[in-house]
Amino acid sequence: MMNKRFVSLWFRHLLTDWFTLRRPEFKAVPFVFASPVRGRVMITATNALAEAQGVTTGMTAADAKAIIVDLQVIDDIPGQADKLLKALGEWCIRYSPLIAADLPDGLLLDISGCAHLWGGEREYLKEIVTRLRSKGYDVRGAMADTPGTAWAVARFGKVKPIIPPGEQADALLPLPPSALRLEPLVIERLQKLGFYTIKTFMGMGRSVLRRRFGQELLLRLDQALGNVDEPLQLLHPIEPYSERLPCLEPIRTATGIEIAIKTLLEKLCHRLQGEGKGVRTAILKCYRVDGHVISADIGTNRASHHIDHLFKLFELKIPTLEPALGIELFTLEAPKIDDVDPEQEVLWQSESCGLDDTDLAELLDRLANKIGAGSIHRYLPQERYWPERSIKPAISINEKPQTSWRKDRPRPSILLPRPQPIEVTSPIPDYPPMLFIYKNETHHIKRSDGPERIEREWWFDEGEHRDYYQVEDQDGRRYWLFRSGHYAGSQSGQWFIHGFFA
Amino acid sequence: MPVAKKDIISRLQKDILLWQGFTPTMAGKAKGIGLGPLEAAFPNGVFPTGTIHEMICPTPEHTAATGGLISGLLTRLMKQGGVCLWVSMHRQLFPAALASYDVEPHRVIFIDVQREKDLLWAMEEALKCEGLAAVIAEVREISFAQSRRLQLAVENSKVTGFLLRNDPRKLGSTTCVARWQITPLPSHPQDDLPGIGFPRWQIDLLRVRNGNPGSWKLEWIDGNFIPVEEEKAAQVNLHERIAG
Repeated sequence: MMNKRFVSLWFRHLLTDWFTLRRPEFKAVPFVFASPVRGRVMITATNALAEAQGVTTGMTAADAKAIIVDLQVIDDIPGQADKLLKALGEWCIRYSPLIAADLPDGLLLDISGCAHLWGGEREYLKEIVTRLRSKGYDVRGAMADTPGTAWAVARFGKVKPIIPPGEQADALLPLPPSALRLEPLVIERLQKLGFYTIKTFMGMGRSVLRRRFGQELLLRLDQALGNVDEPLQLLHPIEPYSERLPCLEPIRTATGIEIAIKTLLEKLCHRLQGEGKGVRTAILKCYRVDGHVISADIGTNRASHHIDHLFKLFELKIPTLEPALGIELFTLEAPKIDDVDPEQEVLWQSESCGLDDTDLAELLDRLANKIGAGSIHRYLPQERYWPERSIKPAISINEKPQTSWRKDRPRPSILLPRPQPIEVTSPIPDYPPMLFIYKNETHHIKRSDGPERIEREWWFDEGEHRDYYQVEDQDGRRYWLFRSGHYAGSQSGQWFIHGFFA
Repeated sequence: MPVAKKDIISRLQKDILLWQGFTPTMAGKAKGIGLGPLEAAFPNGVFPTGTIHEMICPTPEHTAATGGLISGLLTRLMKQGGVCLWVSMHRQLFPAALASYDVEPHRVIFIDVQREKDLLWAMEEALKCEGLAAVIAEVREISFAQSRRLQLAVENSKVTGFLLRNDPRKLGSTTCVARWQITPLPSHPQDDLPGIGFPRWQIDLLRVRNGNPGSWKLEWIDGNFIPVEEEKAAQVNLHERIAG
């Protein structure tokens, strides 16, 4: 198993740094965030200036004002730290795909196998910390084999930030017990008993420690030493099928994006081909220099690991990707994967393609990705007489008709989506009309067939039945007319035109 | 001498056809599409597949008649098991009606686009897909350049395309192999039975590249195009007069 490495980042003044970035006039002013707790205004965050003069979190605002006269007190924004950490975590995804927010003021990065891309662990950590500091965040970072040790060294370490593999215990020994992420009550008890550093109690018997300080102390100790695994709550759970492509220089051109997509697809498809799987949906995410993430997604009608085809689908989306100042990182995820049907033997392949043909599926993918999957329809017969319901849309490209198409009743080539009312002159009840007026044109009916009575499906909707007539006018044009309900003498508006015959 | 001249002219015509890509079909292979005498209007006397035909449909009645004719042609074109694509913006074709022309409606895929621009794009993409039986598109207008793009697409894939044009005021020149207009004609039931007879159309070939335009009358009877015999029609008229 590969040796795991973790980086812990500690934002010492997360909220106040963020506030100074937004309001530069506060740069040289001591200020704190505070919120009322049980009738007292308690300080929740301080900036470096205020801290230097002895103001700490947990003080009341009144006490702090006694220390610094011109202290600015700003109302705390609930949930802001959480939001900030998430945004910073998003930004850090360029360094590692596995990022976890470490409330209230830190981030944890699983960097196993990442550091060598930046030329070693020292350069890697330096890069992260200097980039964050240049943005304006006072950050400390540390690297170790376990999240616990990295956390402890980031906050309490005094010697070096990078703990070599396997030396967690040595690094922890001189640190205070609060470096173990314990409850305040346990820390207080430890201090009361004179355990000012971890080395004073680490050698004691486990049963003794458990009895005195509870199971939590042992768990935290084990986690920091690496005896127990500590799973991270990742900001982005990793898709099993995903590829990353970090770029040395930000990409700003369409050609660059094309090359990136091709590289990613090659990696992904190579893996899928080996496993006999194909992409059903894929998402391309582009992480921009300005911190925004833009994405494009594609879908296929059937699983595909055909690089050219998938690239063509993405190619249609490239114009929608706005690189702005440049894209630093591309990721390609395939959240939906299916087995690929093995290619059929070409022995019996005919010249034309049926519904199960790959070329056709690829064509439909391209159409669906450009003009929307909702615009592609295929119809299957349905055993209903009501003309509008005699067909139903097919769900998939492979769906076979459950029943056969009826040919015994005449149906018009063109069916109006809605029957249009017409004016008619009809001689006797239950006879087709002599003439009808549709769109200001009078049609004299010369021949007719009918009626064909179609009853309404009363279990769906209420209304009258329809008596359909197939009629032909003086010019040989053929129509499908119907009377709604029974003949009712004077009542007008009963007749409708519903279609045109060939 | 006139005989010799005729020979020369027919040989030259054959050469021109060859240069334009119309290869004469092999003796055993010529099957025809079932349009009967109408096929003689086309070069070499064969209905050209793998090209684009243009159908003029000024009114819904024309569209319905054209739909009938195309359905009849699709029966032949889809015999090999191919699939047909129907691209349109405001589709009114009733899929179930195709069944009465022996076309399986579930093998027709309808692409309902929102914009005219997408329509031609979709048609071009579809025409590039080898193995499709036919691609049909309902378009309002098409420029010469756009029609040439479509023509280039079919030259590789050998897919047959049909353009249904519903705005007759904007007919420019196109690269289409033929321009059709199908008008419904009064039907004539056999043996003076009451009711409506078999669908009957007047088919005008307004323009045929390297062919002979003309006008024909066809009837769709039991899955076949049957040419209407004028004498018989006249006879029926006479009968009517007597009966009236």
